[in-house]
Order: sequence, then C-alpha cells, then structure tokens
Amino acid sequence: MERAAPAFRGGRLTMPRTLFEKIWDAHVVRDLGDGWSLLHIDRHLLHDLSGPPALAEIDRRGLKVRDPELTFAVADHAVSSAPDRVAETFPLGGRLYGMLKHLAQKDGIRFFDLGHKGQGIVHVMGPELGLVLPGVTLICGDSHTCTNGALGALAFGVGNSESAHALATQTLRQRRPKQMRVRFEGTLGQGVAPKDMILHLIGKIGAAAGAGHAVEYAGAAVRAMSIEGRLTVCNLTVELGAKYGLIAPDEKTFAWLRGRPFAPQGAAFDRAVERWGMLRTDDDARFDREEIVDASAIVPTVTWGTSPEHVMPIDGTIPSPSSQSDPETRKAYAAALDYMGLEGGKPIAGTKIDWVFIGSCANSRLPDLREAAALARGRHVASGVTAWVVPGSEQVKRDAQAEGLDKVFRDAGFEWREPGCSLCVAANGERVPPGARVVSTSNRNFVGRQGPDARTHLASPAMAVAAAVTGQLTDVRRL
Amino acid sequence: MQPFTTVTGAAIPLPRSNIDTDVIIRIERLTQGGDLGLYAFEVLRYRPDGSPDPASVFNEPRFAGASILLAGRNFGCGSSREGAVTALMAMGLRCVIAPSFGDIFFANCFRNGMLPVVLPEETVGLLAAQARDGDFTVDLKARTIHAPSGESLAFQVDPLQREGLLEGLDEIGLTLKWADDIAAWQKTDRAAHPWVWQIEGISV
Repeated sequence: MERAAPAFRGGRLTMPRTLFEKIWDAHVVRDLGDGWSLLHIDRHLLHDLSGPPALAEIDRRGLKVRDPELTFAVADHAVSSAPDRVAETFPLGGRLYGMLKHLAQKDGIRFFDLGHKGQGIVHVMGPELGLVLPGVTLICGDSHTCTNGALGALAFGVGNSESAHALATQTLRQRRPKQMRVRFEGTLGQGVAPKDMILHLIGKIGAAAGAGHAVEYAGAAVRAMSIEGRLTVCNLTVELGAKYGLIAPDEKTFAWLRGRPFAPQGAAFDRAVERWGMLRTDDDARFDREEIVDASAIVPTVTWGTSPEHVMPIDGTIPSPSSQSDPETRKAYAAALDYMGLEGGKPIAGTKIDWVFIGSCANSRLPDLREAAALARGRHVASGVTAWVVPGSEQVKRDAQAEGLDKVFRDAGFEWREPGCSLCVAANGERVPPGARVVSTSNRNFVGRQGPDARTHLASPAMAVAAAVTGQLTDVRRL
Repeated sequence: MQPFTTVTGAAIPLPRSNIDTDVIIRIERLTQGGDLGLYAFEVLRYRPDGSPDPASVFNEPRFAGASILLAGRNFGCGSSREGAVTALMAMGLRCVIAPSFGDIFFANCFRNGMLPVVLPEETVGLLAAQARDGDFTVDLKARTIHAPSGESLAFQVDPLQREGLLEGLDEIGLTLKWADDIAAWQKTDRAAHPWVWQIEGISV
C-alpha cells in the first residue's frame, strides 16, 4: 500500500504518523536498513523465570549490565501464592527467587522483594509504580508485556537472547511492524467488561490476525474505559498475535499516573504532561489494517476451546465442527471440544464447573477485585467449587484489604491469596487438577496451560464470580 | 550461535493451527531442567501414562531425528519462552515451515540458529503430502527448499536475518561496537525527557 501523502504542519513538511511510529522514531539510535532499527530501551523488567537466564548469560560472557538503573526485577511466576507463603514455600520457586535476587543485586538492579510494596505480577507492578510512562520503550521477557501499552508506551515481550542484548547494550534490533487500529465504538452494555471486548475481538478476527502488527486501540468505548480496563485490553493483544498493543494517553492516563513513585513529581509532572499530550496518532496517519467493533453489541463472552480465538457469547451455543467449511478448522474444533469435554450445538451456559481463578496480569487489579467482590457479597461459592482470588500485587492486596474486600471474598467461600502469577501459568506448583473445568480471568486457555488436562474457560471477573456462586457457566446479567 | 546454511532431513507434518509455546514445551520442564528434547510437544507425543503414543506422528520411525517441521498457521503463538526454540533444537529440528508464526517465537528462532520459513498454507500442505516420501533440503544461501518430488521451491527471508543465520552472528558483539551512538542518544534524551532518567533512590 502507498503511504498517505505528506501534509504541511506548522510550515514543516511532515509525514502523518501513528502513535506507535512516533514513539518508535524517537527511540532510533541507529537505522540498520531494510526497516530495521537499533532501538533504545528505556525500561527493562525482569521476572523470576526470564531474568536469571538473561543475567547469567551476561555473566557467562563477561559483560556488564549497561544501565542497571533502567532495569527492575521482581519474582512473580514461580513463587507460591499460599496465604502464608515465603520464598521457599514452593522450593523451585524459592531457588529462582534467590537467583534473581542475587544476580539483580550483584548487578545493581533494583529488586522488589516479596512481602514489600512493589512486588507483584510484573505487568501489574510496573504501571502501578509509575515505571511505565507514556512515550517510553519497555521490554520484559514475557509476552504479556504488551499490557503496558495501555499507558501509551511502546512495550513488548522478548525472549532471553533479546533480554540479554538489552542488558548489555540498553538497545534492541527490531524491525518496524505493520500498523493496525481497532476502534471500539459505542457504549458497553450492563455486565459487559473490557475483557469481553478483547475476547470478542480475538474471536472476530482470529488469534493470528495481529501477527507482524502493532495494534492501537481507539474509539469511544476505549476512551470511556478505566486505565485498568485498558490494561486488560492491551494485555490480550498477544493472544491476537501481535506483540505490541497501545492506547494514546489522555487526561485519564495523566490523572492515573500523577503521584506514582517513579512518575515525575510536581512541576516536573506537569512538564511531562505537556509532552505526553502530543502522543497521539495523526488524523491522516495510515494503518495497514483497521477494524471497527460495535461495543454496544458485545455480550459477556467466554472461551469454549483451547485457543483464545475459540470464543462465544455466554448466551450462545457451542460451535459444531461439522458447521465449519475449512477442513483444518473442523479438525481443530473437534480436537478442542474433545479436550474440553464439550459437545457442539449445546448451550454453553449451564456447563458445570469445578474451579474459579480470579487473578493474572489480565484481571487482578483493584477495580477487577471490587467488581468481583460486589457480586460475591451476600452470595456463596457453590458446593464442590474451589475458588481463588490472587491479587496482582502487594499494593493491590493491601488496598483491597483496607476496603475489606478480602473479608467479602472469604465470607463468600473464596480463598484470598498472596500476589503472583499463580494458576495462570501454573509454574509455581499450583495447578488446576486434570479434567477439572476452571473459569479463569487469565489470558490463555491453551492445552495444559493451567495444569495437564485442565479445561480453561476465559472470562471477565464478573463472569468468574457468576460461575463460582452458581457452580456453572452463567450469564452474569441474569445473576 | 550455531550458523544455518543447509539442512537435509525428514520433515514432520503437523498441520494444526495455533500450536502455542506451552504445547511446544511446558513451563515446568524449563524450570526443572533436563533434556528438553524429550519433553518437546509432550502432550502430542505421549499417553497419559508417559509411554510414547504410537498414533502420534512424532513417534513414526521415519521421523526419528527429523530436522524439519511442517506446521500449521500461527505456529509458536503465546508465551515468549525461548525454551520453545531450544526444545525444538534439542529434538533435532533446525527449520520450521509454516503459513505464519507467533512474532516473538519467530524472533527467538533467529537468535538460536533455527530457520523459520513462511510459505502459503497450500504450499505447506503440498510439502506435507510428501513428508513420507523422503528427505527435504533447505538451503538458506539459495533460499530454496528441495522436496522429495524433486521439485525446488523458493522462499523469502529478511536479508538481515538471513545474514545473521548464515554467519551465526553475535548480535550483542555487533551492537557493542556502537556504544558511542548509544551514549550520544542517551545524552540527548536525558535533556529532552528528564523524567525517564530521574528514577534513582525512589522509595515505594
């Protein structure tokens, strides 16, 4: 496709650009040709699974961490979430915690320790501390790093080799992606959450639709959304196949960031806001792909299969493989239904469930927990159902407890646990048992993701509570 | 990094879309250590009791030691775990041919001597149909795939990534030579965006 024509702005010939392109251009240290750039990385976050190997690689090669003050470490993936946990509660997690803490401190990298403010799921604590700011570039050895784009940052997940490259050089070699915009227009209905919007989108355009793209979310429903809702939407961008998701910062973003520890303070904050206000896509910027979604038509959404694109409205019927024309899709649907123990053509509502998990970098922030608690209050988890609430960070935990949300959950029969990734990735010894069906506010319903043979239905926090208290998949609007 | 020039061997057909990196290698296998090659695709290779599943394509004798995988759409989607690439390499694979890939997996391949090749779905299907007829050769220098039928297919690859694989280039070493450019960029940025840099000694 041709690029849009250049336009005169302020007497200067400028090419209209997307928000993503503006942040990218501002971070090019060196043009490497063929669309490749050496990009400066402003923030590098390390967690207990991806941090130790990257730091060890730097050691092994006799290199130094170039800018340790721009790098931050936290243990989240493999630490236990048991209510009285210490680092060693899950021994393997304790070892990884120890390695990360030791290597980080040796290299002068700030480590946010267990039980202290700052600890939490890396994509919850980063925004919360103000480590993520509009216009910065940020990486982490974790695919859900795209979450942080909700604040107008260029944030993306990397593997260990790229993480090591960034530790040694504070840069990465990246090829400029294509540009996609998704506009959610209209107003969300009662009982419909940001999680439903993004699941709906993935179902509509597919789990590979974003491959090779950076995705900007825009439109009235995004502007109306809380920052935490935007973090949820951007979080699942990687389930759409894209490694970058972002939203232009606005007054809501600035108000949310003001006063956060690592954000600029006082007059410096106001000066920063003046600059951040320019971080928006030009009106005539060109996108390689645009999608428009009518937010008012979205209903509470759940997954029925083993890919995040296997989504359906809660009031719909499970798709039948036989109704699929593409033979590969037919096979994939049949395999997914077999794994999930479901039958095509039947309603999904009413399906009995065994477990509920409210947590993960998708949905474990204070507004998520408030919403869940409001529905759990005065109700009780159905008999035979195990329901966990795992706050996203130490700060979220403390704030929730100050509001008494922990008591609401406990009184309703939920377990209130310690912050970390927990059942989302099942790397900390916590697993959904084989064959058990779980409604989870996390982001991946892959085969075995929450434990071998565990059957995952992704949903919003409200839908998770509705399932917990009824013992089955339930339309929260009917609760 | 192990360079990639030419690879000849059997190609395993796995025509399923959305094979995610959790399916390629479970996170626990990465944290526990051991021979990742034994655990790659474990949910597709073994029965619940841990014995090899004779119905799995991975256990067909002709595919033992295969060096190529013919995969479905969106291969390697999901988690950024680089262990997904090292697990495939540990089972002997050097090249994955698929209609599309997860972006982070795709990038991780080039840092480990693994060649990911994008070809149209139909073409991958035609190659998969010959998987039991003999060996394939993938030649990165010539950018061609020789199929058992004798047919030769061209493929596209990014020039920088191709060079990196052919030479087994050390990217960190290359970038470190530009330390002066990085320092100059940082000096300018400190003045333009001081808030990005004034973050030491903050208590939370």
